[in-house]
Amino acid sequence: MAKTVEGLYYSESHEWVKVEGNVAIIGITDFAQHAMGDLSYVDMPEVDDELEAGEEFGAVESVKAASDLFCPVSGTVIEINEELEDAPELLNQDAFANWIMKVEMSDPSELEALMDAAAYEEMCANE
Amino acid sequence: MEENLLKTCLYDKHVALGALMSPFGGFIMPIQYTNITDEHNAVRQRAGMFDVSHMGEIFVSGPDAEKFVNHVFSNNIAGMEDGKILYGMMLHPNGTTVDDLLVYKEFVPDHYLLVVNASNIAKDYEWLCAQAEGYDVNVINESDSWGQIALQGPEAEKYAVETLGLAPAADLSFYTYYETESPCHPERSEGSCHRRMIVSRTGYTGEDGFEIYASHEVINEMWDTLLAAGVVPCGLGCRDTLRFEAGLPLYGHELSDEITPLEAGLGMFAKIKDKEEFIGRDALVAQKEAGLTRKSVGIELQDKAIPRAGYPVEVDGVQVGVVTTGYRSISTDRSVCVAMVDKAYTELGTQVEIRIRKKVFPGIVTKRRFYETNYKK
Repeated sequence: MAKTVEGLYYSESHEWVKVEGNVAIIGITDFAQHAMGDLSYVDMPEVDDELEAGEEFGAVESVKAASDLFCPVSGTVIEINEELEDAPELLNQDAFANWIMKVEMSDPSELEALMDAAAYEEMCANE
Repeated sequence: MEENLLKTCLYDKHVALGALMSPFGGFIMPIQYTNITDEHNAVRQRAGMFDVSHMGEIFVSGPDAEKFVNHVFSNNIAGMEDGKILYGMMLHPNGTTVDDLLVYKEFVPDHYLLVVNASNIAKDYEWLCAQAEGYDVNVINESDSWGQIALQGPEAEKYAVETLGLAPAADLSFYTYYETESPCHPERSEGSCHRRMIVSRTGYTGEDGFEIYASHEVINEMWDTLLAAGVVPCGLGCRDTLRFEAGLPLYGHELSDEITPLEAGLGMFAKIKDKEEFIGRDALVAQKEAGLTRKSVGIELQDKAIPRAGYPVEVDGVQVGVVTTGYRSISTDRSVCVAMVDKAYTELGTQVEIRIRKKVFPGIVTKRRFYETNYKK
C-alpha cells in the first residue's frame, strides 16, 4: 500500500505540494514512484521557468516508459533538486523526502483545487 | 479488452510468479517478474528464460517447397543443409517488409519451418497461402500447438545440458538445431509422448542461448525444471532492452510494412545479387540504384535524457528523422537509440539533435549495435 503524508496537497496526476509561505515545494507521490518502478532519469525544468497550473514541467522515466509531470500550481521555478540528476533512485527510496522543484506561487488560491491526503488515498484506491 | 487476448501455455505460471502482464502481439504476456534491470543483467551474466510461446510456427512442405520458400524469402535457402537456420524477411512487391523470420531446414527433404512474429501470424499465413498458388506445397500454421522457451545467457548451455538433459545442445553451432522426441513418462499425456521437440542455438538477446519448441505440456515441465534450478524468469521488458543493445530489429519499429530491409540496414539478409527472383527483389534493386532516401542509424546522446520511439530527430530545428527504439542502455549506461533518418545525416559521427518533450539534446550518429554480442560460433 502506497503511503501518503498528512498536511500536503495532492494532484490528480500524482504530484504532492508542500506549502512554505508563498513557495510550493513539489514532488511525486509514493503511489507514482511505485507505479513507475525503478527510475532512471528525472527530466527537470529550469530555474525561472514560468509555469501555469496543469502545465507539463518535466518527466520521470523508468527503463520502459516516461511519465510526464504536471505543475499543480501557477508560478515561477525558483529552485530544482539537482541531487536527482545523478540519483533519480532517491525518488524510489523516499518520494516524500525528495522534492523535485520549488515554485514561487502566483495564485495560492489554486491550492484549494487540490486534494488532501484522505481524498488522494481514495482516488488511488480506485485506480 | 483482456478477454480478446490470447494466453500462452505458460500463462498460469506467469500469474503465479506475480508477473506484470500486458498485451503484446495479440497475447497477454509477462513484461517483468521483478524488474527489467535485474532480469536484463541475469541474461547478460548468467542465464534467463523467456516464454516465447506467442511466436508463430508455420510449416511448409511439398515438392516445390524450396522453390516456394525462396520465392517469398529474402535470404537464400538454395542448397541449405538439414538442421541449418537462416534469418531474413518476407517482402511486399514494393520491397517493404511483411515480416522478419527464421527459416529452419528440416531433417526431411522438402520440409521447412518458418518462425514468425506473434503479431503477424495471421497476416503471414494468409500471405503465404496467397503466394502459394501454382506451387505444389502445403502451408500449415501449427502456432497453437507449440510452446516455446528461449533459454539465454552465458550459462544457457550448462542448463540445457545438465538441467534439461539436452546433451546434443552442447554441439550445436550458432543458427543450427537438432530435433528429438519428448519421451514418455507416467505423468505425461499421450499427446506429449514421442512428440517432436526442436532445440536451436538461436536467440534475440545478443548472448549465447537456445530456443526450445515442444508441446504445451513439455514446455510447462521444462519451465518448472529450469525455475527450480535457478534460471531467472525474464519478461518481454528485458527482451526488448537486450535485443535493442545487440542491434537486433523489432518488427513494428525498425521494420514494418513501410520499411525495406535496405532502409533498415539489413541488406545482408536480402540477397539481391545471389538470387534472381524473390518477391520484392526488383523494388530493392531499384531502390539501391536510385539511392536510399533514409536509413536506420544508431544515435548516442551526451545527456542522460532518454530518447524513445516516436521522438523527432532534428538538425538546425528541422525534423530529419524519428526514433524507432530508445533506452538508457542497461549494459552500457548510455542514452542511445535507433532512428530512421534522412540519408544526408546517416554518416557515422554526424551531429544531430533529438527532441525530448520541450527540449532538444545533442547526439552523434553511431552504429546500431551498442553492445558486443557473445554468440557461440
